[in-house]
Amino acid sequence: MTYTLEGRTGAWEIVCGLEIHAQVISKAKLFSGAATAFGAAPNTQVSFVDAAFPGMLPVINRECVAQAIRTGLGLNAEINLWSRFDRKNYFYADLPAGYQISQYQHPIVGKGEIVIDLADGTQRTIGITRLHLEQDAGKSLHDQHPTKSYIDLNRAGVALMEIVSEPDIRSPEEAGAYVAKLRQILRYLGTCDGNMEEGSLRADVNVSVRKPGEMYRTRCEVKNVNSIRFVMQAIEAEARRQIEVWESGGEVQQETRLFDPNRGVTRPMRSKEHAHDYRYFPDPDLLPLELDPDWVAELKAHLPELPDAKAARFQRDYGLSAYDARVLVAEQATADYYESVAKGRDPKQAANWVMGDLFAALNRTGRGIADSPVSAASLGRLLDLIADDTISGRIAKQVFEEMVDTGADPAAIVEAKGLRQVKDAGAIDAAVAQVLAANADKVAEYKAGKDKLFGFFVGQVMKAMAGKGNPALVNEALKKALG
Amino acid sequence: MSLDAETVRRIAALARIRVKDEEVTRLQGELNHILAWIEQLSEVETEGVEPLPGAMRMKLKMREDVVTDGDLHDAILANAPDRADNAMGSFFAVPKVVE
Amino acid sequence: MTAPTDLTLAEARAALAAKRISARELAEAHLAAIEKLKDLNAFITVTPERALADAAAADARIAKGEARPLDGIPLAIKDLFCTTGIRSTAASRILGNFVPPYESTVSAKLWAAGAVCLGKTNLDEFAMGSSNTTSAFGNVVNPWRRRGDNRDLVPGGSSGGSAAAVAARLCLGATATDTGGSIRQPAAFTGTVGIKPTYGRCSRWGIVAFASSLDQAGPIARTVRDAAILLREMSGHDPKDSTSADVAVPDFEAALGQGVKGLRIGVPKEYRLDGMVPEIEALWQQGIAWLKEAGATIHDISLPHTRYALPTYYIVAPAEASSNLARYDGVRYGLRVEEGGDLDDLYEATRGAGFGAEVRRRILIGTYVLSAGYYDAYYLKAQKVRALIQRDFDEAYKIVDAILTPATPSSAFAIGEKQDDPVTMYLNDVFTVPANLAGLPGISVPAGLDASGLPLGLQVLGRAFDEETVFRVAAAIEAAAGFDALPQLRAA
Repeated sequence: MTYTLEGRTGAWEIVCGLEIHAQVISKAKLFSGAATAFGAAPNTQVSFVDAAFPGMLPVINRECVAQAIRTGLGLNAEINLWSRFDRKNYFYADLPAGYQISQYQHPIVGKGEIVIDLADGTQRTIGITRLHLEQDAGKSLHDQHPTKSYIDLNRAGVALMEIVSEPDIRSPEEAGAYVAKLRQILRYLGTCDGNMEEGSLRADVNVSVRKPGEMYRTRCEVKNVNSIRFVMQAIEAEARRQIEVWESGGEVQQETRLFDPNRGVTRPMRSKEHAHDYRYFPDPDLLPLELDPDWVAELKAHLPELPDAKAARFQRDYGLSAYDARVLVAEQATADYYESVAKGRDPKQAANWVMGDLFAALNRTGRGIADSPVSAASLGRLLDLIADDTISGRIAKQVFEEMVDTGADPAAIVEAKGLRQVKDAGAIDAAVAQVLAANADKVAEYKAGKDKLFGFFVGQVMKAMAGKGNPALVNEALKKALG
Repeated sequence: MSLDAETVRRIAALARIRVKDEEVTRLQGELNHILAWIEQLSEVETEGVEPLPGAMRMKLKMREDVVTDGDLHDAILANAPDRADNAMGSFFAVPKVVE
Repeated sequence: MTAPTDLTLAEARAALAAKRISARELAEAHLAAIEKLKDLNAFITVTPERALADAAAADARIAKGEARPLDGIPLAIKDLFCTTGIRSTAASRILGNFVPPYESTVSAKLWAAGAVCLGKTNLDEFAMGSSNTTSAFGNVVNPWRRRGDNRDLVPGGSSGGSAAAVAARLCLGATATDTGGSIRQPAAFTGTVGIKPTYGRCSRWGIVAFASSLDQAGPIARTVRDAAILLREMSGHDPKDSTSADVAVPDFEAALGQGVKGLRIGVPKEYRLDGMVPEIEALWQQGIAWLKEAGATIHDISLPHTRYALPTYYIVAPAEASSNLARYDGVRYGLRVEEGGDLDDLYEATRGAGFGAEVRRRILIGTYVLSAGYYDAYYLKAQKVRALIQRDFDEAYKIVDAILTPATPSSAFAIGEKQDDPVTMYLNDVFTVPANLAGLPGISVPAGLDASGLPLGLQVLGRAFDEETVFRVAAAIEAAAGFDALPQLRAA
């Protein structure tokens, strides 16, 4: 079913493409040796190159190139062995050189694709047009002084990958799924941390609307949207605005807009619109970037398993449902955790524990999988205690809570608290006899045909044994005693 | 191709160079004179010629990903025409920019 | 004894080594000469204290027997090179009182080799000019005068201050840069030797950029040998410049003695211009004869796209400059003109006031040729013609080892002449620009005087990274020409 918005004149389709700016994980900047760490004091991670002092020249960082190649490979995209850096010329307070070094005509990565997962379980393929490397700008702070903007150049020159999608996206949900999937892939690849709050991942959203079956209409670009939720809201708000313009007899003007999350609307950028004329030309301070095919092959050989492949393998090797597999591969760390728990154990039971008790505990303690209070190894040992009948599943839950609280080893908890399962026939028989003696009336009812009471007796026996009775043995002993 | 006065103003605005009204006509004349002279390039047959942005015939070298630079706060700000300091640190200051 | 300022660099080096003169004496003599001839306006900044400190350090090393290749040699630095702690202006108002916290690679190499810093020389603003009349610090006066004519002449440009300082014996050598002829043309106008090496030979790091794909540093000196000595110290791979070539630096001085026997010298017919001064043509023929006599063979060659080099240059250079000069915006360093208003007003006021007329003109041309709708017709077209110009040289160097041409179409002209029309001024670079577009080495050697007594130069072009052959040919011309005329205005 195609997603549509209902206007006064009928249904409208959304046509949307995304440009994602992803900050490359590297120690130093794209063209200088200054650090990239987030959160440093203003203007302390700035070289003369980044601040565009006279006579300063760019030298490209090999790791940033490698990261772009890895990302391209992860998006099943063409790697262009010959690419080039161009200058994009414009004046802005936080653009020190008056130009951004970018790749305009010849990007390092060409066409690729991303398969997105939708809530109804279906998948769609969204085309990637290109990926190129470019410099980030600095940061302007407008709230520090009544009449001045303050400029911090720490971010100036940090490497960005601009990843441009085809206009294949047809709904806010698809856009959200696209950003989520891209973010997931980048995080798996270790090429971008995907932190939208810190601005490591920013989206520019191109939106237009059309009547079903039409060609494209004029689009607007909504710049710098910094969360998946806002991407979805911005698309819907902008689409509704455009529908209103068209339906009231107007014409949508191609322009750059900003999304105001507080009011849930987009507005035109207020900065003086000098007709954009970026005057791209090849950066004469650099030579073309020529990649050695052997290097690309080597990077490819060392790519990690990506989420889709991993989910497929989890389904195949561990017999998991598509849903469970997708949940477990959402983060590389979760998948790794799961795999080390599942290894050599019942994979479905491992999945249930990770997605159930572990996720609940992480939620409750506000921690992530990386600093989980229960390590994968100790969760595994807990499952081993269930498997070898040392404890029952029920006791295991109790032990797990103790592990969350204290971080202690499950076996130690079982021993210290005396939670080991009782399998001794004598002890079980004694408990059974005691329960039956104390409930002679119920025994009579049972014998008169009230079968349901069997459960009651099991409960009482387990209670008498402080939950430690082996459930199978207890059942067996009760059946025998009740004749 | 010949520039009109409006184009001279547009180009000057793109280059962020203030041009007084009385300068426009003179500049227009000078630029058109230069452009007319440059125009002779159109005689050259360049069909199928690969453009040459630079004469260097070498491969681009790459730098290793090591932090070697950037802890230069004072030197970076030493020449600033307007420097602002507050509790966060030190900045370059410009007239307020509205986005 | 010869006055210290009359020594060549090689002679001074020998005198220092033999302890016949001290670095201090050399420095003092040159500082005195600079002071005496300050009306030449060759320097924007003189650094006497620095010079004396450098000289003292050099003398100490020489005394300890730890002399470096240029120990005690007083040099001047074109004020396009950034120098730590010394105001660096590019002869523009827009840099204001910019004091770089870093040293250009080329000047750093010279100081590491023991050279003594006398100061920073005047130039055309941002190296844009062929007469040194576009400097915000006033024009430079050529030490030469026409016979019987007291008018001040231009020293050529853009490295006019360096050339004038060397010619007037205010320094033993100077750094310069050449984007379209800015080393070779002023060398020719002042009777000095100037070499623009192969693009990539000298690092551009720390040199204020004019047109990055064309800019190249080189020395101006009084003899071919002095130029060879300086170029060796200025050259070498710099990992901070992506366009710096990772090739070995030969001992250029050692090549000088090899002569030209058996070398094949090309004479390109396209350099014979309509209406060229007959003296230039005669000098060229004389140069051909000298080389023939010295054992070289002469070959007529064709560089068919020569006449398109200048218009190509006047697209490429302004285009790159329009972008390179965008950083001068009054925010981080240099001049700021604030008249209220917003950031764009600040940019426009600063850049409007900070750049001189020629720089503004070139920025506008460059902005225009890159702008939407014109890129293909101008910039892309120019890149294609540039490819053809390089191809012409590739073809020529299949049959010859070096090329001999005049260095300039005329001798030095008077200040104010040729000023009305930018295109006429641009024609000064007609013989020098092709080497910049093709990235090839070229040297200008003084070879004679014109009828009014002004020096004229011959230009030798070579293959990429074959400055040795260029020096060999230049040395042969120098020896044959025996150029010993002296400028009217000079030290001692």
